[in-house]
Amino acid sequence: MEVKTANFEKKTIHSTTTVSGAEAVIKCLLEEGIDTIYGYPGGAIMPVYDELYKYQDKLHHVLTRHEQGATHAAQGYARVTGKVGVAIATSGPGATNLITGIADAQIDSTPLICITGQVGSHLLGSDAFQEIDIVGISTPITKWNYQITKASEIPEVFAKAFYIARSGRPGPVLIDITKDAQFASMDFSYKKCSGIRSYTPFPEVNLLAVQRAAEAMNQAKKPLIVFGQGVILGEAEALFKQVVEKSGIPAAWTILGLSALETKHPLNVGMVGMHGNYGPNMLTNECDVLIAIGMRFDDRVTGNLEQYAKQATVIHFEIDPAEINKNVKADIPVLGNVKETLQLLLEFLKPNEHTAWHQEFKDYYAKEYDKVIKHELNASEGELKMAEVIDEINTCFKGDAIIVSDVGQHQMVACRYAKFNSSRSNVTSGGLGTMGFALPAALGAKMGCPDREVVAIIGDGGYQMTIQELGTIFQTKSAVKIVLLNNGFLGMVRQWQQMFFERRYASTELVNPDFITIAKGYHIKTNQVTERSQLKDAVRDMFEANEPYFLEVKVEKEENVFPMIPTGAAVSEIRLE
Amino acid sequence: MEKKNFTVSVYTENNIGLLSRIAAIFLKRHINIESITASKSEVNGVMRFIIVVNVTEEKVIKIVGQIEKQIEVIKAFYHTDEELIYQETALYKIRSADFVEDLNIQDFIKETNARIVTVTPKFFVIEKTGKRQETENLYEKLKPYGLMQFVRSGTIAVSKNEMQISEILEKFNTNTVS
Ligand SMILES: Cc1ncc(C[n+]2csc(CCOP(=O)(O)OP(=O)(O)O)c2C)c(N)n1
Repeated sequence: MEVKTANFEKKTIHSTTTVSGAEAVIKCLLEEGIDTIYGYPGGAIMPVYDELYKYQDKLHHVLTRHEQGATHAAQGYARVTGKVGVAIATSGPGATNLITGIADAQIDSTPLICITGQVGSHLLGSDAFQEIDIVGISTPITKWNYQITKASEIPEVFAKAFYIARSGRPGPVLIDITKDAQFASMDFSYKKCSGIRSYTPFPEVNLLAVQRAAEAMNQAKKPLIVFGQGVILGEAEALFKQVVEKSGIPAAWTILGLSALETKHPLNVGMVGMHGNYGPNMLTNECDVLIAIGMRFDDRVTGNLEQYAKQATVIHFEIDPAEINKNVKADIPVLGNVKETLQLLLEFLKPNEHTAWHQEFKDYYAKEYDKVIKHELNASEGELKMAEVIDEINTCFKGDAIIVSDVGQHQMVACRYAKFNSSRSNVTSGGLGTMGFALPAALGAKMGCPDREVVAIIGDGGYQMTIQELGTIFQTKSAVKIVLLNNGFLGMVRQWQQMFFERRYASTELVNPDFITIAKGYHIKTNQVTERSQLKDAVRDMFEANEPYFLEVKVEKEENVFPMIPTGAAVSEIRLE
Repeated sequence: MEKKNFTVSVYTENNIGLLSRIAAIFLKRHINIESITASKSEVNGVMRFIIVVNVTEEKVIKIVGQIEKQIEVIKAFYHTDEELIYQETALYKIRSADFVEDLNIQDFIKETNARIVTVTPKFFVIEKTGKRQETENLYEKLKPYGLMQFVRSGTIAVSKNEMQISEILEKFNTNTVS
């Protein structure tokens, strides 16, 4: 089998050097501008590790404590930098440990290259020691994958892999390399891939569709924009802001769209979806034109589809043709990279202010504030609320930090309350909801943006899923600020048990270790908050630290996250209590 | 929307992993594949899968979208029966004794334009190409005589309209050669 790329024939003009397949792998990574990779060694990938030893001043390998951590760290790195994250593992269990991160990257469109070692090609199919069909296993969760059995394939396949991972709608690519292909020698020359004939990263833009969208937006009396990660992935934040400002249309975000538009922007009306804000959810079912930009109508966003925005004309700006009409029928689909389509749209938009319509969002916010927000932020007695901690982080870090959240109640609270001044600052596992994501992802984010503050917000459940990555943080001296919101429960599940299973708390109460001692064991600076009065100083102390820092905050044990759209309910059936 | 038969044609690069990628798309959505064939196509080096499913049109559109998304898929189409020329082939193996002794069988074969492929002292192999109903009819007729073996191929089909695969590939070449 050969790998076809556009420039297959034109490659020979490049000079070649003879190297081993393993060295070729490193050279490919360097050619693609990679300086940091995350991984874990083992038998089938040892030739590559041996080359890493030689190249250690050019390519920094970060030894995570579990391969899952390697994928999440690479994801964190990719999400904050926009570059491709790279994870590497051995065959068999090393490879299968990558699966959760690959699935997470696939559903959240994160550019990721995963390299796995494989048993020698003569052993393939023999159930050899640590042989696993990782290409088969990863097929449904990769944008592309490939098994290399000949060293000569390496440059071509890597070039193609990087191109696929980062172009169009990004995603994870897995490359499996047999051990003999790593040992064999080959003539190395590298040419970046610039096109694959069976793959169209950006669908062609239809100007007419853009014009129709603009017309509908111009005529709308009650338009609502819902934006997702597409704005960030398309590097279209500035354009998007111009579109919002010119049209005067209120803009709400999905969890992955968060930070594409700064929180304090007057046209930013908050989050849509299950634990989103009251106004944008309620008004989704009242708007006359719904403009979806770079989002995919996930069920956590739409609630019951039968009752989702039925009254509205739906405009869908989207890069992936398969997303059009997948969940919500688009009256005006606008295919293409939003960077291109929004640019065109801008020309046709008429300035507007929609003052009365905005007032409706403000009125709903006032209700939400009164019923929910006020009580979460301003409690003066009783146990600490998660929102207070986030609010204190806002005060100290002033919206400039990268916030990496894990999965559960604290994630929803973090996304609801954290303030962001700039894009690519919210890192969370959206589509897969992977507990254990945050700690390694925060490490990757810090390595990707060493000059920025990175704060990980994690629950006591998820923390223990990848807690071993404290070792990696300690070893790399990455100044990640870890905030553990300890409620002694798998809080989100407990909330559902309380609301929908008559408080039968089956296996959700946690018997926890002494988290402070554990962090100390890794020589990480620690602090613990058990009283409201300690919070301010503790967050300040964490902010001022120039090293990894672990802050445990004991929060209310049985707090519930509101507002909430119960599963199966309509967005307008969102509950405030 | 009512379910009916749709024929999905997928033009692909010749690639080992692609069959499982495509199959996974159906599997994930609990869609039964009625028949599937793979062969070379009219374009050099390009494979063509023909997959028949019984689903609503809404569903088949979504499936085609997901299939096209796969990197090595050049283009996927779906067609209704009316838009296609399609055929299946069936092979029927019957005991020579039955065949020789029962004139009915010989009549069936003549009536249905079936063809005798192989004759041995022990068995005959009959081949019938046509629409599902035709191969099915012959099956029903031969069954009482004790079919030794029966097998039917997947549907193969060509569309009445042009597929324009060469044009798509041509366009790619002109766009990228700088
Ligand atoms: C890997 C994984 N397993 C299970 C779940 C289901 N789940 C979602 S939220 C949650 C509870 C999270 O508890 P914790 O980390 O303590 O955070 P909290 O909700 O208390 O803030 C669970 C178990 C999941 N999302 N991911």
